Amino acid sequence: MTLAEILAGLFPQGHSVQVRDGLVTGGGPFAGSKLHVVGIDGDTPLGVEGALILSRVVLDVVRAGDRAPILVAVDSDSQRMSRRDELLGLNECLAHLAKALLLADRSGHPTIGLIYGHSAAGAFIATALATRVLAALPGANPSVMDLPSVARVTKLPLDKLQEMAKSTPVFAPGIDNMVATGAVHVVLDPGKALDGQIRDLITGLQAGDDRDRLGETRGGRPVARGIAGAVIDQARLV
Amino acid sequence: METLTFRHTTKKPLPGSVPNAITGVVASGNLEILLERVLPPDACEVAIETPIAGYGVVWEAVVADFVARAQPGGLRISINDGGARPDTVSLRLLQGARLMEA
Amino acid sequence: MAGNRAASADPDALSWYEATARQRVVALADPGSVREFLPPTERRMSPHLPLFDLPRAFDDGIVVGRATLDGKPVLIAAQEGRFMGGAFGEIHGAKLVGLLRAAIELKPAAVLILFDTGGVRLQEANAGETAIAETMRAIVDARAAGIPVIGLIGGRAGCYGGGGLIAGTCSRLAVSEGGRISVSGPEVIETNKGAEEFDSRDRALVWRTMGGKHRRLIGGADAFCADTVAAFRRAALDLIGRAPAFDLDTLEAEQARLESRIERFGDCRDATDVWARLGVNDPDSVPAMDTRAFDETVARVREANHDAR
Repeated sequence: MTLAEILAGLFPQGHSVQVRDGLVTGGGPFAGSKLHVVGIDGDTPLGVEGALILSRVVLDVVRAGDRAPILVAVDSDSQRMSRRDELLGLNECLAHLAKALLLADRSGHPTIGLIYGHSAAGAFIATALATRVLAALPGANPSVMDLPSVARVTKLPLDKLQEMAKSTPVFAPGIDNMVATGAVHVVLDPGKALDGQIRDLITGLQAGDDRDRLGETRGGRPVARGIAGAVIDQARLV
Repeated sequence: METLTFRHTTKKPLPGSVPNAITGVVASGNLEILLERVLPPDACEVAIETPIAGYGVVWEAVVADFVARAQPGGLRISINDGGARPDTVSLRLLQGARLMEA
Repeated sequence: MAGNRAASADPDALSWYEATARQRVVALADPGSVREFLPPTERRMSPHLPLFDLPRAFDDGIVVGRATLDGKPVLIAAQEGRFMGGAFGEIHGAKLVGLLRAAIELKPAAVLILFDTGGVRLQEANAGETAIAETMRAIVDARAAGIPVIGLIGGRAGCYGGGGLIAGTCSRLAVSEGGRISVSGPEVIETNKGAEEFDSRDRALVWRTMGGKHRRLIGGADAFCADTVAAFRRAALDLIGRAPAFDLDTLEAEQARLESRIERFGDCRDATDVWARLGVNDPDSVPAMDTRAFDETVARVREANHDAR
């Protein structure tokens, strides 16, 4: 689905969402109230300026305090890879955007990620992965690194990696593997009305971070939840 | 990965009462050694996991030499190897035994 | 803790850069105070690395535990940069996440994260990436509960990729000359954009662009340490006492701070241009400055010190 189709599905009564330099901002009437939208469109890399434009919008929403949910729609490249971005502190800018989204969620604005295209690495962590619940549309393609690059780094033949990827979701790119890991909570049905599906997600939001529990149940992250729990248990002992 | 296990009988237990120690880091050309005082005082077991197959004879000799020199009775020794040379392995084993003697 | 005796070195003499993760933890904390969680004897090793014919580590490359620092209870995590580049795998990441969640319950005086990481472990990429997101959420929860989360950066792997984003989520950061903080590493930029964008073999360029001194001067880190465990200990104690709150005011201040940075330095080509505009008299001399001279330089730079993090 394109961003325009998504927005049409979310806002039957119209919206004010705009895309400028690949950055998505705006909102519209939703479920008797309002839905704010921020995001990245068109496989755009996220650099220092983009991160701060999005965080500015998120902080404005928190400041206004209408407690309306925030949808983070993502079809991005990875972080912008450049000497200038790193010189200017890209790690601070991306972390700042993630913190703004986490603050919004804590402040009563439920945050919902929606990945409908690509996303990777720092851009993924700073946006979609910083929401409380992350949904995907079929065809979405989040990745940490594509398999040919993994082959280069691990010095393993590509065909062996492709074979391993079938049984081992923990390293392979693609939406199914991110679902199995628990990073993506749910894949939406493009055949059904989008606004209703997002509304149901907001209504069903759980407190806390349940991604490791999902990863355990779905088998994509078999041991993470148990390990985190064991650390907490041992920390409790005097 | 290749797994090797060597069991030895020692003439005496390793002195000291330290229950366990770890030394080294798994990195290229290096290894980590975990030592645990959990076996009968005249027994020593050395278990190795290594990504470099086919060097069982070398490992056997290095371990036998270490056991003869250190008399590490009572120790179970577990090694995660990152491709260390035999002299590095010997050095780390002796370091580990010293930590257990303290 | 296994290895306590291995590391009873003098913290004034022990190089942070050269020390192992376990040595750093033991020498940083009050003597004899460290209790490790899931220690090596539990053998919680990666279930995934054997598929790639790669050796595992008994602790999956991270030490987590509790200790005291000047008598105050703290939780500590330390990454081992020499094992798989200190990268986040499933267990490695879950140990850090568990520690931060424990902090929210136990309310220690601080959580210390001794970063030494290249980012996500590719062989466990999805698990590592998700763990980084969980870590950032848990840090925010801990900070909002009033617990300072302090990052210490000076290891051989630096603090790259998702590690850089986690660092940017901490309350305060201390960094040494050898500590590098960045998202894309030099090799990643060069591989993707070419050597004319970033020549990763130019080590001086790497240190200028990502190194501890640049981060400290622009306010990307809050303390600069000599490369000793003792220096990091002093910095940690100082930073615990002045951690900013996690709230809208702090993030508004950070927004303004970062916007102003880009406005002022966005057209700079090199770190020396940034330092000149910051008011450093002889920017070219910065890389060679010793800690004392550098501290005096930092003291004159307004942007270096702030509560906007």
